[in-house]
Amino acid sequence: MANPYTSSATAQGTLSNVRGFDPGDGGDASLDEAALSYSSGQVVGRVLRYAGPHAWLLLLSFACTVVTSVLQLYVPILVGRTIDTMVGEGRVDFASLSPLLAGLVAVVVAAAATQWLASFVTTRLAYETARDLRNDAYDKLDRLPLSFVDSHSHGDLLTRVVNDVDAVGDGVLQGLTQLFSGIVTIVATIGFMLSLSVPVALVVIVLTPLSILVAWGVARFSTKSFASQQRIQGELGGLVEEVVSNQKLVEAFAQGDAFAERFEEINSRLYGAGERAQFVSSLSNPSTRLVNNITYAAVAVVGCLCVITGSPSPLTVGQVQSFLAYANQYMKPFNAVSAVVTQVQGAFASGRRLLALLDAPEQVPDASDAEELHDPRGSLQLSHVCFSYVKGRPLLRDVDVAIPAGSRFALVGPTGCGKTTLINLLLRFYDVDSGSILVDGHDIQELTRGSLRAAFGMVLQDTWLFEGTVRDNIAYGKPGATMDEVVEAAKRAHAHKFVMQLPKGYDTVVGGSGETLSQGQMQLLCIARVMLADPPILLLDEATSSIDTRTELQVQGAFDVMMENRTSLVVAHRLSTIRNADCILVMRDGQIIERGTHDELLARGGFYARLYQSQFAQSASGA
Amino acid sequence: MTELLSRFLGPYRGKVVLAVTTKFVEVLFDLLTPVIVARMIDRGIANGDVGLVERYALLLVLFAALGYCFTLVCQKMAALVSQGSGTDMRNAVFRRICSLSAADVDALGGDSLVTRVTNDVNQVQVAVALGIRQLVRWPLLAIGSIVAACLIDPSLGSILLGCMAVVCLVFWLVMSRSVPLFQRMQEGLERITLIVREALSGVRVIRAFRRESFESHRFHQASDEQTRSAVRAGTLGAVLNPATLIALDLGIVAILWSGSFRIQAGTLTQGEIVAFVNYMTQTLLAVAYVANLVVTFTRGAASGERVMQVLHREPSVTDGSATQLALPPAGKAPALELRGVGFSYADSSRPALDGVTLKVAEGGTLGIIGGTGSGKSSLANLLPRLYDATEGSVLVLGTDVREYPLEQLREVVSLVPQRASLVSGTIRSNLLWRRPQATDDELWEALRLAQAADFVAQKQHGLDEPVEARGMNFSGGQRQRLTIARALVGHPRVLVLDDSASALDFATDARLRAALSTLPETATVIISQRVSAVMGADQILVLDHGRKAGLGTHHDLLSSCGLYREIVESQLSREEAMR
Repeated sequence: MANPYTSSATAQGTLSNVRGFDPGDGGDASLDEAALSYSSGQVVGRVLRYAGPHAWLLLLSFACTVVTSVLQLYVPILVGRTIDTMVGEGRVDFASLSPLLAGLVAVVVAAAATQWLASFVTTRLAYETARDLRNDAYDKLDRLPLSFVDSHSHGDLLTRVVNDVDAVGDGVLQGLTQLFSGIVTIVATIGFMLSLSVPVALVVIVLTPLSILVAWGVARFSTKSFASQQRIQGELGGLVEEVVSNQKLVEAFAQGDAFAERFEEINSRLYGAGERAQFVSSLSNPSTRLVNNITYAAVAVVGCLCVITGSPSPLTVGQVQSFLAYANQYMKPFNAVSAVVTQVQGAFASGRRLLALLDAPEQVPDASDAEELHDPRGSLQLSHVCFSYVKGRPLLRDVDVAIPAGSRFALVGPTGCGKTTLINLLLRFYDVDSGSILVDGHDIQELTRGSLRAAFGMVLQDTWLFEGTVRDNIAYGKPGATMDEVVEAAKRAHAHKFVMQLPKGYDTVVGGSGETLSQGQMQLLCIARVMLADPPILLLDEATSSIDTRTELQVQGAFDVMMENRTSLVVAHRLSTIRNADCILVMRDGQIIERGTHDELLARGGFYARLYQSQFAQSASGA
Repeated sequence: MTELLSRFLGPYRGKVVLAVTTKFVEVLFDLLTPVIVARMIDRGIANGDVGLVERYALLLVLFAALGYCFTLVCQKMAALVSQGSGTDMRNAVFRRICSLSAADVDALGGDSLVTRVTNDVNQVQVAVALGIRQLVRWPLLAIGSIVAACLIDPSLGSILLGCMAVVCLVFWLVMSRSVPLFQRMQEGLERITLIVREALSGVRVIRAFRRESFESHRFHQASDEQTRSAVRAGTLGAVLNPATLIALDLGIVAILWSGSFRIQAGTLTQGEIVAFVNYMTQTLLAVAYVANLVVTFTRGAASGERVMQVLHREPSVTDGSATQLALPPAGKAPALELRGVGFSYADSSRPALDGVTLKVAEGGTLGIIGGTGSGKSSLANLLPRLYDATEGSVLVLGTDVREYPLEQLREVVSLVPQRASLVSGTIRSNLLWRRPQATDDELWEALRLAQAADFVAQKQHGLDEPVEARGMNFSGGQRQRLTIARALVGHPRVLVLDDSASALDFATDARLRAALSTLPETATVIISQRVSAVMGADQILVLDHGRKAGLGTHHDLLSSCGLYREIVESQLSREEAMR
């Protein structure tokens, strides 16, 4: 019987839930290659190391499994012997009956106890090992260089931390125990049968593989039907997706009926394929049952003949009963083993993927003599900075900039010119290939990452809120902030008004499954977050791109106040927002090609001037 | 669920009956097996009659073969019924989705609709198939075994019944306690997934604010919680197999013990006690299977519930009249009129629109501008009745939109929704939406107006150029122009562009607006964040939090509407604004 309570059933269900989104879409060749280099032994070894001090429990569970399997198989033999003590009217041998029944009770209780112990121990061990693996995998993400996180599909990393961990816990530990138990059962059954009667045992041993063959044939046959069913199902899902995501359009153009007709056409093909697939695959159980029933009849007749004629080997009625019980149960461990083998194979694949993540190279840790940056004044000095994401395709070439403390710098240029990369380097999300970056005269490579990042406040174009209240999201950069401080920051970011209109004001949960906010509103909250953190240096990377132009002007005003006497570096595509910068750096192809104030650059009539003119035309159309 | 089943299984009544009957016969054969084996022992062995044993064996094989044939029929019927009813269900759900209005889709949730058509219907289908194949088999086998056992010896049969009761009780106890745990495990998993996803997408923010340890703590907490639920569920579940084992085998001990006295007294034979033991095994096996099925059916029932919700959802917008209305001749009525229009979304306490009144003459243009969330799109959606106004009325060509048959209204009013896209097919199949019988000339005319004729003409297949899902093989600007062209086919009387030209460059946008203004019969409503897109309109409506902040021409508003002036100043230089 397939127990619905083994964790594999639930894990399978959840697996398909979460697998739904793009596990494999990333270019994760490196991780997948690394995964292949682990042998199964290595996987088991590492998992056992996680099981650590409790690994002996696994041995206990294996031992219990052997005991319970053998005891359970001994039951039919005892039952058979008991039946032999009661041949007929007036011929019941009560003297041998009682001890046999007492023995039977003892065996059953012992079998149940060891079975319980085995499954209790394995479940616990599996889940707790999975927990430790999961926690380690998560913490590993924190220590990976950002380049790793950026270059791997998030869906894939997520699958590793969530699903692969569960699969390893279930598969490697529980799966192995079940596999072991199945094999023990098969071997013990054969042993018991041979000890009763070799000829009858041979009947079972010879006929049973037939049913395995039948099941295998059916599976092979149905795979093809399932594949085409899957394909049509995908087509159907695509259409539904298209219609639902364009619902307003479909409704406004009264296209519902037309789509329904297309749907019905695909659906009728799905019916054909689905019906075939279901019918063929549903033949598997009855077909193996047919073979089993024939085996059963063969055992019965051969057994009975042995009882009557004493040849080819003498047998009692009770022993025939034992055989019939074995014939009935013999298939089960085979089915269990074949089911578990698939699971264990999957678990090993997951284990390899997980190990590849756990062993991925980490970012260079802070140097042991790294200094803390204390009360920075905020001067920045970039000298001869070169950087490339991909070897041989330099993105920043010999960038040389000095930003005095308290000045306001802006960075403009076409997309892909390296503006955002500069911010990545300043915060040490990435490290320079050559050259150096100094903050207050300290090379940032010689500072602790923590103290360096504390000096910066950053608002990016891509907003990020975690699932939590508005208040917690704003206070993210200053955990102990009071409510007054949070509200004050929100007011300065012009977020207060819309926050008050949310169902629970500052206690409204946003992000994740929380209240849906517009891009602009999310951006305002991120701005409030930085305003509350109040860092010495501000980095704004297109921080107001999703906000309507009128609110942008107001937020800009708040930034202006904040940037007073503070170092700031602003990346903007609307040139109107950076007009009053102390210095505008114009970047193109990874180099700074012009620098100066707005008026100076316009007067020069170079790249910036052209950019400004073209924007002007565009801004006339709104932008 | 019952309603769902009676509605969709109804047409397959005959097949269901056939399936259940054949399954019944198959189970009968299975039930007879222990009896025959008992006879083999009692008559064949006792009398040493080899021929009789062989005849019984042949009977066993015959039963197995016959049972198999009946099963084949049953499996075929099950496949026909479950796939057939599933297909019907999918069609019905999809048709219903197509007839729903935007408000209904909001209420049910767009993403969830996709799962309901695909996943949920599949779950129900699986439950139906399993129901036919297994739900009949195992209870029947259990009941049949008990009946057969009672026929042999009623008081021994009661032992069997008692054991079954114990096993049922154990299953019930364990299951009812672990279902909430499974629920919690599922929630825990979702939470873990959420935290990891946040950690990955927010990696820059988390590192910049040095909150790694906070996030890690959050994750460990969720992970530990998840493990606790899992261990508890697992510990509970570990009881099941041993409990069944004890009930089964101790039951056999009880049968052997009390059976021995009956054999001694001659009221029971050795063969019959063998049969008893076999019935016992069969019954408890069946109970375990049924318990398994319960899990599948609970899942199926939950899915059925979700499918039913869609089928029960009545479209909130329906035809105002069954017959086509006679449209007024040109120049007799304003193209569009709003009278004190107010609108609130179902889940919101704050109105999205409040008391908007205006009139647009035939062939005239109306611009609508305002910040995000000011109600621009809500207003656009009211015109073709994607939603109904909750207050006041919307009139098109002098008639309330609620009096039109929907199809006619949407012929008259053509809306290009925000982020409109193309659907897979060809350019032609997309353009033919509003008028399936439109000629190529009509299509090209629409393309020319939408400034799309040039690039379509350059495509290798012209109008028959394939379009991928969501039109991903076209640039954003091309897509927008094609969606506008699509809306122009069939000469709508009112054209509504909801931020539909945002990806166009200044010059193309200007040419588009110039082309649209040449249509004498088509009134155009242009919604935009760009001042330049609306400044040339006959009148501009300025919206602020759903209320009218101003209505008039560009120059009127510059002097009379402070909000409009602020928007203008944030986008245009002084000289341009005065142009």
